[in-house]
Amino acid sequence: MKLSDQFEQRFHAMINHYPTKRSVLVPSLLYAQDELGYLTDELIAEMAQRLDLTDLEIRNVISYYSMLTTQPRGKFNVQVCTNIACMLRGGEEILDHCKRKLGIGHKGTTRDGLFSLEEVECIGACSWAPAAQVNYDFHENLTPERMNEVLQDYRRKVHQQENC
Amino acid sequence: MADLVSHPDEVKIVSKRFGQGATDIDRYLELDGYKAVQKALGIGPDALINEVKNSGLRGRGGAGFNTGMKWSFVPKQSPRPKYVLCNGDESEPGTCKDRLIFEHDPHSVIEGVVIAGLSVESHVGYIYIRGEYRYLSNIMQKAIKDAYARGFLGKNIFGSGYDFDVYWHGGAGAYEVGEESALMESLEGKRGIPRIRPPFPAVVGLWGGPTIINNAETLASVPHIILGGAEWYASLGPPRNGGTRLFCLSGHVARPGVYELPMGYNLKKMIYEVAGGIADGRRLKAVVPGGASTPCLTAEEVDVPMDFDSLMKAGSMLGSGGVVVLDDSTCMVKFALRTMQFYQHESCGWCIPCREGTDWLKKTLARFHAGEGVKKDIDNIQYLAENMLGRTFCPLGDAAAMPTIAFIKKFRKEFEDHLEGRPCPFEKEGVVKQLPVFA
Amino acid sequence: MADVNITLDGKKLTAPAGTLLIEACKNAGIEVPSFCYYPGFSLQGACRMCLVKIEKVPKLQTACTTVIGEGMIVTTDSPEIHQARKSMVELLLGNHPLDCPVCDAGGECELQDMTFAYGAAESKYIDIKNHREEQQWSPVVYFDRPRCILCYRCVRVCGEGMDVWALGIQNRGVASVIAPNKEDHLECEECGMCIDICPVGALTSGAYRYKTRPWEMKHIDTTCTHCGDGCRTTLGVRRADTGIEIVRGDNRDKSGINGDFLCIKGRYAFDFVDNEQRIKQPLIRKDGRLTPSSWEEAFELIGRRFAEICGREGGRAIGVIGSSKTSNEENYLLQKFARVVLGTNNIDHHRTGDFPAFARALAGKLDATASMRDVFKAPAMLVIGNDPTNQHPLLAWQIRNNVRLHRSRLYVINSQPIKLRRQATAFAHIPAGSEAKLVALLAGDDSVLDVLVSENTPREALLSLRDRLRGEQNLVIIFGAELRGEEMARLVKVGSAVSGAKFVCLGDYANSRGAADMGLYPDLLPGYLPVTQGKTFREEWGGLPDAPGLTIPQMVDAAKAGQLKALYVVGANPVARFNIDPFAFAKSFVVMQDMFLTETALIADVVLPGANAYEKSGTFTNTCGDLQLLRKAGEVTGTKPDFEIIVRIAERMGFDVRKLVPFGGGMWADMGQSRGAQSGEADRHSVWLEAHGLETKLSPFDPMAILDEIQRLVPGYHVSRRTLLSGTDQHTRIGGPGILHNPELIVPANDDLFTSGTLGRYSRALNSVLENQRRKPVETEVAAD
Ligand SMILES: Cc1cc2nc3c(=O)[nH]c(=O)nc-3n(C[C@H](O)[C@H](O)[C@H](O)COP(=O)(O)O)c2cc1C
Ligand code: SF4
Ligand code: FES
Repeated sequence: MKLSDQFEQRFHAMINHYPTKRSVLVPSLLYAQDELGYLTDELIAEMAQRLDLTDLEIRNVISYYSMLTTQPRGKFNVQVCTNIACMLRGGEEILDHCKRKLGIGHKGTTRDGLFSLEEVECIGACSWAPAAQVNYDFHENLTPERMNEVLQDYRRKVHQQENC
Repeated sequence: MADLVSHPDEVKIVSKRFGQGATDIDRYLELDGYKAVQKALGIGPDALINEVKNSGLRGRGGAGFNTGMKWSFVPKQSPRPKYVLCNGDESEPGTCKDRLIFEHDPHSVIEGVVIAGLSVESHVGYIYIRGEYRYLSNIMQKAIKDAYARGFLGKNIFGSGYDFDVYWHGGAGAYEVGEESALMESLEGKRGIPRIRPPFPAVVGLWGGPTIINNAETLASVPHIILGGAEWYASLGPPRNGGTRLFCLSGHVARPGVYELPMGYNLKKMIYEVAGGIADGRRLKAVVPGGASTPCLTAEEVDVPMDFDSLMKAGSMLGSGGVVVLDDSTCMVKFALRTMQFYQHESCGWCIPCREGTDWLKKTLARFHAGEGVKKDIDNIQYLAENMLGRTFCPLGDAAAMPTIAFIKKFRKEFEDHLEGRPCPFEKEGVVKQLPVFA
Repeated sequence: MADVNITLDGKKLTAPAGTLLIEACKNAGIEVPSFCYYPGFSLQGACRMCLVKIEKVPKLQTACTTVIGEGMIVTTDSPEIHQARKSMVELLLGNHPLDCPVCDAGGECELQDMTFAYGAAESKYIDIKNHREEQQWSPVVYFDRPRCILCYRCVRVCGEGMDVWALGIQNRGVASVIAPNKEDHLECEECGMCIDICPVGALTSGAYRYKTRPWEMKHIDTTCTHCGDGCRTTLGVRRADTGIEIVRGDNRDKSGINGDFLCIKGRYAFDFVDNEQRIKQPLIRKDGRLTPSSWEEAFELIGRRFAEICGREGGRAIGVIGSSKTSNEENYLLQKFARVVLGTNNIDHHRTGDFPAFARALAGKLDATASMRDVFKAPAMLVIGNDPTNQHPLLAWQIRNNVRLHRSRLYVINSQPIKLRRQATAFAHIPAGSEAKLVALLAGDDSVLDVLVSENTPREALLSLRDRLRGEQNLVIIFGAELRGEEMARLVKVGSAVSGAKFVCLGDYANSRGAADMGLYPDLLPGYLPVTQGKTFREEWGGLPDAPGLTIPQMVDAAKAGQLKALYVVGANPVARFNIDPFAFAKSFVVMQDMFLTETALIADVVLPGANAYEKSGTFTNTCGDLQLLRKAGEVTGTKPDFEIIVRIAERMGFDVRKLVPFGGGMWADMGQSRGAQSGEADRHSVWLEAHGLETKLSPFDPMAILDEIQRLVPGYHVSRRTLLSGTDQHTRIGGPGILHNPELIVPANDDLFTSGTLGRYSRALNSVLENQRRKPVETEVAAD
């Protein structure tokens, strides 16, 4: 299976960092997922082969970590924290707002494939609550209005890309 | 990225380079960077361990074990390589301090890792950063690369003849992986299931080799101790609780943020003075003093020094330093439910009491909050939590049970007010809505 | 190891250092409950049932993960401990369906037992249980997630024990679930170990599920009839109109040579027993068609024809072919029948290993064969040829576990990359057919190196392997049919230079070794005694033919030449096995006894419905030489054990059966008839006799009568009768002078995990697995971590 040069570079650098090959598994899966959108059967087979593991072992690991997924999702994964610190400052409202705005529920994806929504556990932004992460970007001290802007920004980004 | 705050009572040690551009290695060097390692190279393992032991530095990850003591458990002779593992999985709800260290002062963590390595004659360190913190991983990887380029890492560091490698490692979303033995499993590319202890990681850790595991803040404190001296550091806090801590104030306070305060700083003062008191003129109801795992304190109980021993005496724990403040608009049942939803989602599933217990507690609390509670539920919740306590495979089960027991004990009346179809008195619309259930 | 002092519930004891607390308790007669702990597998500490109080430790500790320490004071039961365990059961029951009345495990369920023991009967939860549909993972494995308590026993037995690694754990928290290797189904060896080891009814067997309640079965421990390893299997038997219904094969009694192990055949392939094609009535060819008839008619016909031929042309005109699946007693009886009743040495069987050469090579050496139990204990093992994982599943299990649990060193030499190489300290991949060259190399002949080296196995590897082997002690050397005759003798010679070396010669069927030991050879008497030297037997039997008889191929030739007038086939299928031209026997009178109308039935004039090993008593000798008991599980109406059939034929030929079967001899018991009221004493008397292996043989159909003679006359079989009868395996020694000849007559069966000679074709379980496999693409093997 052909993976990007950047992935290969990272993979080959990492593999020398540990006494066992297997150790690169979790970070590599996440890097691969960033590129592919989700962990495909093909990717699983590829990793199994590279690391001398069975597909089953790879799946056992994938299913353990909440950021890893074998299901496709939107280009932008909106992850709203509703854990205690965020809840106290309106995290649930932000989540509800996103649901309404995007017309999808927890773990749903918009029909245009642009956004997915996920209610997540504490993302380490408690002192700047409520917070959300879109892919890896943090957005903090949110209000429904701020959230609108955030979503709008991502939409704009895609349009710009499409136009040039 | 995250906003920085400040207060005159702060004693800035770990946070002293925050906002100073210290991710740049030259800037870091200007700010006394890498002096501690060079000093440590001349000290020798035993003296290093003693220095850290005497400083009263206790683990900032949650358990608060004396750091120097922990290092001293690593056997001198080992047929397998020894390792240092920095725990940057920061996932305890209410905690957001390691993030700032990685963001503003990544080299201090590297320095801490190297010094820990010197103290036990290890030659490899790993810095594990939770998957969600991708931008911090990038900062960290750059810092490591810069340090290698200068000869601060790798072969013959600082021309000392000592070799030390530091590597970054990324997680992929799992609170349990912050538990030290699960952290090692995860680093080895496995599911984050904790290991049977004993043997403890200091004796049998990563790939069977003796391993020091410390929280990122703990390790970032170490260089300052080496430069400032154990005595100075110890004197900052009460006995056996040396130094300062990054307290993450969150919830219903006027000025939430991460403040570095001396150990033993009064909680009440922290809430009312440092964090500007309760927002919107409301009244304090409760505080979760050390992250979601710690039993809450009521408004009456907050006049307490924030150090490990004092909080233990007060029936709670200092934990990871996440201070979550609740005002009187908060429904404690809902708060208990949201807390349990977290543990139910994050339980690794290995042992019965944690796996089944968190699920039943969550189910019961959800039904309860939705107005379908029956009287015996309250006792059942307590019975369940008490039967989990102390009997799970790792402390996650305790972390779920302890706060629950406290919620029931301290706010039983509020639970009773939810009984028999009565709508939640705290919900604005008066209607009850069930919290979304995670898949 | 040194002993340490501990106190358990106030009792002061010592136990070897390193013992797990839970084992120390068990040895002291204190039961500490556990779900996840299973001896011999990795520790889990997951179920928290074994919590105990250790003095000076604040929290309760798991006995299953605690190693005892000097001065440790432990309490294993207290209100606190009781409550802890009770709450674990309550928590498990929270999501566990209470479908015990229909659950296969009902009555045999560890969760039920614990609920009973800890009184967790009150349900505290009113919320809905988590549910998931049951799944079928393979023809034999079903999984019911809600019943699963996540003890991870199945995962470990499959991975650590079987080295198959087909089960994993997916998701986390309460969503955790045992998962098969192919998303929704299993691709594995179908051994069913996961089902057997499951403490509840989460994993159930396709063959057994919903068939019966455990307490409705009678459980009979006997020996598996499929391969040469001889696992002990427990048959769950139910009464049926046809006589016997075996509903389950499993491994309840773990004291056998197989411990926890059974493969798919031992566990499921008992189902040939009630295959609808089973013959239940004698058939006689009339007008070219096999026609049902009565036993009387059949015996009369056979007796008359055999007697006629013997009378007219002598025994030379009759050939006898025995079986590797009939008991020792039957085999002994059959050759005695041939030699004494028919007066011929024309007796042979399908040979799968060169045991005569093995006996020859070992002649004069004591204790030179390894038992199956030795294989599990040996500090080092050398395996040349064969593929034990597929052909000797139990042997492979013992080898793997010896490596895993005792760090035994395994050396594997094979022309294929067989799976056991994964456990090997060293693996030499040699060219096909070069096993003999390898022996030469081991003997010190470096000139063969050129033939043996390959890309995978360089010169140095071979030389270092030889050096390492020379440095071993108490090595067990196991070899397959690749080595025969002179070559085998050479290996034994080289191997014997290693101090304490023991050998295993592999043969394929359940009683291949027994058939050989019992003398189913035209030139060898029981105990590998050449017919020319049979003084003891001649005296015992009052004469026997001197000249060696015909081998199977020679019988075919003789038949073609019109010299073989009759052929008597007992439990074998030579037509298919040796590809015999069916017309070769066109002019011979052919009698066969078997369960099915096999290819051999095409040429038969009389077909007698025989019984199989599960329907008779007697003994089997496995490939290592371990003698084990067959216990009769029941019978199928209309069939007869081969033993009885042979005796009846002899009788019909006018032979004095007392000369064939020494029944009624030896000790006579007063069975109480003469004592009236004192019969109780007589009962005790008979119990005593039986306990001493001296039970009365009241009938000529009693195999034990002939076992007396076997034990008396066959070298290596003088084992303790009492121990044998109590169900314990007894290692026999291969005896007699043996012979180095005709290695070309050996035809390995080459059965794999899912085939079992002709018999396997009649097993639904094996067929369904084979059918299932045919639908799947071939996969490459991946190493486990
Ligand atoms: C469920 C659980 C989660 C934990 N998560 C973290 C974490 O995210 N970060 C951390 O530093 N320690 C965490 N800990 C504590 C670690 O197990 C360990 O005690 C700590 O990393 C040791 O470092 P310290 O001595 O410097 O505190 C966690 C413990 C438990 C039981
Ligand atoms: S290994 Fe052989 S003896 Fe054991 S169960 Fe399987 S077929 Fe039967
Ligand atoms: S037997 Fe000890 S925890 Fe399961």
